[in-house]
Amino acid sequence: MFRKIIVSIPALIAAVLLSTPAHALTPEEVLADFKNEAKQESPAFQEFSATRGEQFFKQKHGQEWSCSSCHTNNPAATGKHAKTDKPIEPLAPAANPERFTNNKKIAKWFKRNCNDVLDRVCTSQEKGDVLTYLLTIKK
Amino acid sequence: MTLNHKKFFTSVITALFLSGGMMSIAHAEDDDDYYRAKPAGNKTWQTECGSCHVAFPPRLLPAESWRAVMNGLDKHFGSDASLDEASTREITTYLEKNAGKRRNDVAGKPLLRITETHWFKREHDEVSQNTWKNPKVKSPSNCAACHTGAEKGNYSEHGIHIPR
Repeated sequence: MFRKIIVSIPALIAAVLLSTPAHALTPEEVLADFKNEAKQESPAFQEFSATRGEQFFKQKHGQEWSCSSCHTNNPAATGKHAKTDKPIEPLAPAANPERFTNNKKIAKWFKRNCNDVLDRVCTSQEKGDVLTYLLTIKK
Repeated sequence: MTLNHKKFFTSVITALFLSGGMMSIAHAEDDDDYYRAKPAGNKTWQTECGSCHVAFPPRLLPAESWRAVMNGLDKHFGSDASLDEASTREITTYLEKNAGKRRNDVAGKPLLRITETHWFKREHDEVSQNTWKNPKVKSPSNCAACHTGAEKGNYSEHGIHIPR
């Protein structure tokens, strides 16, 4: 009995640690990660650009939708799913502090949405440009 | 755990199973109630299946349909809805457990769209073409356009408000 308890204590600690959500990031930390990745992806990488990010966000890329089809042209506003009309919380961190704080969510949505909008994965340069643009938006 | 404790837990669990079984029999008698009954929710299902559309009640499709949907999330009705492996597994298990009992294969393939089931068509046969075309409704998958309680899993007739 006693032994069982002793054995289960580390298991319990492990379970608690595993179930605790990953350390919350700031969008600036996420951007720094994108920058490191972009440097690795391309030796020619220089800087991220909010202007380029805004263009990327609002343009179509050969498919039916752009980022703004759902997130609208104002990422500080509540968006709407292009197909189902379901409301989408604002994307700009100034308007929605939860955005760009969880790596798992960031990876999930970039994978899905880049596939829908570009029919391919996004480069770290593209992701960094968009996040740089989103960070310039005031509430 | 002492023997008495064990006995107590066993009987509680048995009682829970029995009451669950009886409930599903009662619901099966009434078609509408059967499809409207709310299962115990699952947080991952609610969050993941509810981010682009209402998390559709598991009873509206049989297990083989849900398995096919969950196996094709990267091409989900024209959109990439792919999920990590752990979430996919958890949601599939939940859907299988709470799925509808009626198979409705078409040409040997499981039906993927709830809107193509006989049940959906029958329940919505009074809805006019104008309503379906109303931009406020937009798509038959937009349950919440008329079912005001859809987000909470309530599809009762009392909660219907058809936009004009």
